[in-house]
Amino acid sequence: MAGTPVQVTGTVLTTRRVDAYHALTVVAPAIADRFRPGHFVTLAVGGPQTSMLTRRAFAVHDVKPDYGGTVEFVFAVRGPGTAWLAERKARDALDLVGPLGRPFPLPRDPASCLLVGAEYGSAPLFALADALQQRNCRVDFVLGAASSDRVFGALRARRMGETTTLTTQDGSLGMRGSVVDVLAAVIADTRADVVYACGPMPMLRGVTAVCVEYGIPVQVSVEEAMACGIGVCMTCVVPVIDDDGTTQMVRVCTEGPVFRGERVRFDDVGTIPFDALGAPGGDRGR
Amino acid sequence: MAVDMRAYLAHVELPNPILAAAGCAGTGRELAPFADVTRLGALTTRSITMAPRAGRPTPRMAETPSGMLNAVGLQGPGVEVFLARELPWLAERGARTVVSIGGGSVAEYAALARRLADAPGVTAVEINLSCPNVEDRGRVFARDGGAAAEVVASVRAAMRYDVPVVAKLAPDVADVVAIARACVDSGADALAMINTPIGMSIDVDTMRPALAAGTGGLSGPAIRPLAVRCVWQVHAALPGVPLIGMGGVTSGRDALELVLAGACAVAVGTTLFHDPYACPRILRELEELLAERGFDRLADAVGLAHRPAHRNDLEESPL
Repeated sequence: MAGTPVQVTGTVLTTRRVDAYHALTVVAPAIADRFRPGHFVTLAVGGPQTSMLTRRAFAVHDVKPDYGGTVEFVFAVRGPGTAWLAERKARDALDLVGPLGRPFPLPRDPASCLLVGAEYGSAPLFALADALQQRNCRVDFVLGAASSDRVFGALRARRMGETTTLTTQDGSLGMRGSVVDVLAAVIADTRADVVYACGPMPMLRGVTAVCVEYGIPVQVSVEEAMACGIGVCMTCVVPVIDDDGTTQMVRVCTEGPVFRGERVRFDDVGTIPFDALGAPGGDRGR
Repeated sequence: MAVDMRAYLAHVELPNPILAAAGCAGTGRELAPFADVTRLGALTTRSITMAPRAGRPTPRMAETPSGMLNAVGLQGPGVEVFLARELPWLAERGARTVVSIGGGSVAEYAALARRLADAPGVTAVEINLSCPNVEDRGRVFARDGGAAAEVVASVRAAMRYDVPVVAKLAPDVADVVAIARACVDSGADALAMINTPIGMSIDVDTMRPALAAGTGGLSGPAIRPLAVRCVWQVHAALPGVPLIGMGGVTSGRDALELVLAGACAVAVGTTLFHDPYACPRILRELEELLAERGFDRLADAVGLAHRPAHRNDLEESPL
């Protein structure tokens, strides 16, 4: 059944450095078969006797049919868990669970799609671009980061996209500034019908604000710290407005990671909004 | 040779002793793709509250050595949604369900028990006593034998006689045996231990607490020795009371350790975050370990560590 997550022991096929990031390709046919763009995987880190109990979640960058099916993901070394992952070599075994989360919804009819990524958040956008192009959608990219070595996938974006706009905070590549700064101009130039965005929370917030101003739909893939990735630990919640207009604390791993941007209350991430369902004090009237 | 793995919570028979711990198996639906929920000894729900609860702000989780801190704040949809959507799903599949309940006052626990009394599919009720008592300036029930006893008595009175009431105890109390005794004296049919002790972690990069709530419950293998100690002490004092042992169980060996200390059933918690297939694996490992040691029945191993290793009354005395 497509979409049902599985736990597998995958073998590392290749490891590579991509500028400031690491990319690992793991043979995991059961996950590759079920993959849709936007899905993520979680990994156990530290080996069988590990003292690191929480799984690390990564967006799937690419799946390929080699060896029955491989999954590639991109990460930056941020702590002991990712440092352990960066030391993996070909033929090492990795414990993966996936594919997890709700994938990107795709437009029914051909549309002009603008894909926006910051830092290595752009990793899942290329599989999405593939799927969109198969549906005869126009695909444009805006990629950005702090510096040129942190812009992920610029070359591939240039190959795939109708246009590609790059930004860096230090001006070492493309335009100086952030992806949000150039977004309005690119939306106008490409006549975008829909925007897809992946990256850190402040960037998603900025992208959503621009899209709301232009009145175009925006799908954001949210990053939030999680322990399990399968919906049991309840640690990765963000305030999201549901169809009835009620704010609920929903799990990024299960209800997301892809949300309609305007539904996510970015300003209130990290808090329990007072009007959220079940917020403290909310039941005092009863 | 197959080992008889049946476990008993008071008069209720479970086909095996491996439970999913409260708050670690979601509603059962999340775990279902990985492990058949009907093959668990029982599934313990997250703590159900009267009203919907949004929980605590994020970050709610911090990884610590061989453990993690969490401050989720009992997020959940409330008892009505639980009875309408979550419990029936488990009951339809024939899963044995231990319903964990949490409240801010004795009256709230009693109201929850009354609401659950007629619900089909409740195998047992577990009282999460690690909730702040709003009538006692937020002191948790589990730290106060009197308050804990009051909650247990009110839940026991409201629940159907044939549904066991389990009191879940915290380890970070002055005298866990005293609290255990107070709960049993006021009607608890079984005890579950341990809930998470309170811990804290500070992010030295941001120089602020790692959790939005400041403190959180510590779980994982880091607390297993605490669990073994509590089960040991309570089993020694109250040998006839069924105990559900939990705290950092990751393998059959860990489960056997708690069984030997006196637990007749073992719950798996944080390990499910790491390995959603853990329960069937731990059950298989436990059964193999018991068989290797020559046991026919799990029950024969319960509390075995309390017996002296060497019996000199069987030896011939030179005198």
